[in-house]
Amino acid sequence: MQIDRILIRYGEISTKGRNRNKFIKRLQQNIADACSDLTRFHIESGRDRMHLELNNADEADQIMDRLKIIFGIQSFSPVVKSGRDLDEVKNHASQLVKSVATEGTLFKVKARRADKNYPLDTNELNYEIGSHVLREVPGLKVEMKKPEVELTVEVRSEAVYLSAQTIQGAGGMPIGSGNKAVLMLSGGLDSPVAGYQMMKRGVELEAVHFFSPPFTSEKSKEKVKQLASELAGFSGSVKLHIVPFTKIQQTIHQQVPENYTMTSTRRMMLRISDEIKNKTGARAIVTGESLGQVASQTLESMEAINAVTHAPVLRPLIASDKTDIIEIAKKIGTYETSILPYEDCCTIFTPAAPKTRPKTEKVAFYESFIDFDEMIREAVENTEVITLKPGYQSDEDEEIDLF
Amino acid sequence: MIYLDNSATTQPHPEVVSSYIKVNEQFYGNPSSIHRFGEKASSLFVKAKKQCSDLSGIADCNVIFTSGGTESNNLAIKGSVHALAAKGKHLITTVIEHPSVLEVFKELEKKGFDVTYLPVNEAGVISLDGLKQALRKDTIFVSIMYVNNEIGSVQPIKEAGEIIKAQSGARFHSDAVQGFGKLPTDFDCLDLITLSAHKFHGLKGSGLLAFKKGLSITPEMIGGGQQEGFRSGTLNTAGVVALAKAMRLASESREDAFNRLSVYNQLLRRFFEGQNEVTVISSHNAAPHILSIAVPGLTGEVIVHALDQREVYITTSSACSSKLNKKSHVLSACGLNDQDIRGAVRISLGAMQSEKDIKEFIRTWQEVIPPLLKGVK
Repeated sequence: MQIDRILIRYGEISTKGRNRNKFIKRLQQNIADACSDLTRFHIESGRDRMHLELNNADEADQIMDRLKIIFGIQSFSPVVKSGRDLDEVKNHASQLVKSVATEGTLFKVKARRADKNYPLDTNELNYEIGSHVLREVPGLKVEMKKPEVELTVEVRSEAVYLSAQTIQGAGGMPIGSGNKAVLMLSGGLDSPVAGYQMMKRGVELEAVHFFSPPFTSEKSKEKVKQLASELAGFSGSVKLHIVPFTKIQQTIHQQVPENYTMTSTRRMMLRISDEIKNKTGARAIVTGESLGQVASQTLESMEAINAVTHAPVLRPLIASDKTDIIEIAKKIGTYETSILPYEDCCTIFTPAAPKTRPKTEKVAFYESFIDFDEMIREAVENTEVITLKPGYQSDEDEEIDLF
Repeated sequence: MIYLDNSATTQPHPEVVSSYIKVNEQFYGNPSSIHRFGEKASSLFVKAKKQCSDLSGIADCNVIFTSGGTESNNLAIKGSVHALAAKGKHLITTVIEHPSVLEVFKELEKKGFDVTYLPVNEAGVISLDGLKQALRKDTIFVSIMYVNNEIGSVQPIKEAGEIIKAQSGARFHSDAVQGFGKLPTDFDCLDLITLSAHKFHGLKGSGLLAFKKGLSITPEMIGGGQQEGFRSGTLNTAGVVALAKAMRLASESREDAFNRLSVYNQLLRRFFEGQNEVTVISSHNAAPHILSIAVPGLTGEVIVHALDQREVYITTSSACSSKLNKKSHVLSACGLNDQDIRGAVRISLGAMQSEKDIKEFIRTWQEVIPPLLKGVK
């Protein structure tokens, strides 16, 4: 079947009020970006649906594959364009149903006339097309209330559009419609999932990673690049800020009592993230924290850590169980990368018995002997920024002929 | 020289050799070392492993690199059977397996396992009904080779797999050493598959066992815990990279190789069918690269040595058994008489074989073999 158009339903955007156009424009842009390497197509947007008018029907499958992961799309349907002649419409209808139906499929026709001058009215159309399809496709059962295949037929003045398949979209809101946040990306299982959850709500992300050579290896940095690239699969690209963190970490270990080093380290990370947030014009900081998972993720710890900033610190996984987080990580494809066994700066400096109930005043007192402001400024200044696209490969070209 | 003993081993592809040398020269670090030079080797290993997994034919699989087919078969069978021993004691295999499978089962029999050896018909193929009858509630492991190394018979792996999965919870392994690179190996029903690099223009000393993720396998080699503990021993980065390359080359040329080899097989078949002194053993349905024939008036050794004089290399039934002067268990299983078995030789083609080789082989045979029969009764 030649797919001429793709019909996209927005879902949640449709409930928006005056801002709706902004959301729709953003979705249009994101779809165009995701397909920028393909033949250009025209996008026509309405109140609650959007039509992609394809110029190259051969690319329909490719485009639909990409639509599946674009947030802001509730569902979409491949559409076939037919001439207005009834026999031609019937013929397209039966072919279309044949391609998606199997023995015993529950089926219904739903005709709509945008052009009221068409010789048949809606009921006559339903009857004519329905009975033709039933004759041509053996084994169909008619079901008006809950059909498995609903053949929609839309009669317009220029042509008739048919579709019989509804494909589930990723839901959520178009990325970018919810402004921007920075994501603290450690390399573990949680932070990529937290990032994904925020993207799904339309937030554009820039990731921040803390790199402590020689205490953490080049490999752990590669791993984080890989994760950022996997997240970029949902948004097109992700900027990754790699912060040199060794000096601050060593200073903390010299200055702060061992059981408070973790709290202090997290505070410094948050302060740096805050700086990067301000620098990039982001509005919030996102972390993968989940209540009670480790010592830094008790409410007392969060209080002591959070005290360094007034920025909103969003923790989309705060009430999620580890098993649910793993489930999502597998679904979005970050699981395999996250479980690679390289140390990151959180695991390598962990004290034997970190405080699970640190006091804000105490940690602030321990830190007060050092000018961390200057060190933070320096770290932010020396931060390396790279933009990751989907499909990042760490290996250099020289090896290609080895394989 | 005309080399027609490719089921014994193949000529390494120059690109495979070059990968092997390059890795040994430039990236000889131990992949388990944590310095950057080691990490470099490790990343090559990981990349090669991914490529091998993707090409093995088992979807979503893990891979253990071994020293070759024999080790892979030993590990697949013993590693599985020991991990599953609590669930049952019954095992199934066929009478025409390679010794690296057959001997393992014989050893397991001595240890108290109950083994059913499926017989084969004249064409060297098992009966699916026979398999259905052999399966029991306590069957834990089935091993059926894909392409037989002596006569090229191809077992119905897909159908066998469906029966095994429908009728039992047994694990299903196949020794596909002779199949890879010529026939497709993507079987959903297989739990484990054995491959060996040097049978498809890779290097000796390098093979793998691919298996569905999550299977428990008791390691044979223990030590430093490399390869997730499945097989200890320093990772052979160069060998693994070379194997990945050999697999890629073999996969890419598979369909083309199959088509060409089928044409050569027809050429040889038609020739031998016209020779009075020759009986063709391999059936029409056998794999195209292995053709077994017999000259009942001569012994296999005499034929091999006679052609050897003219730098044409074929072998008696299989390279493994030919030096032991043992009667081929495969040919016996197919019901051949002793005279045919004694006079049997195997011609095995490689993916890079040319038509010229085949025509020259035919000419040489005509010049060398019929005269030997003069005076032989």
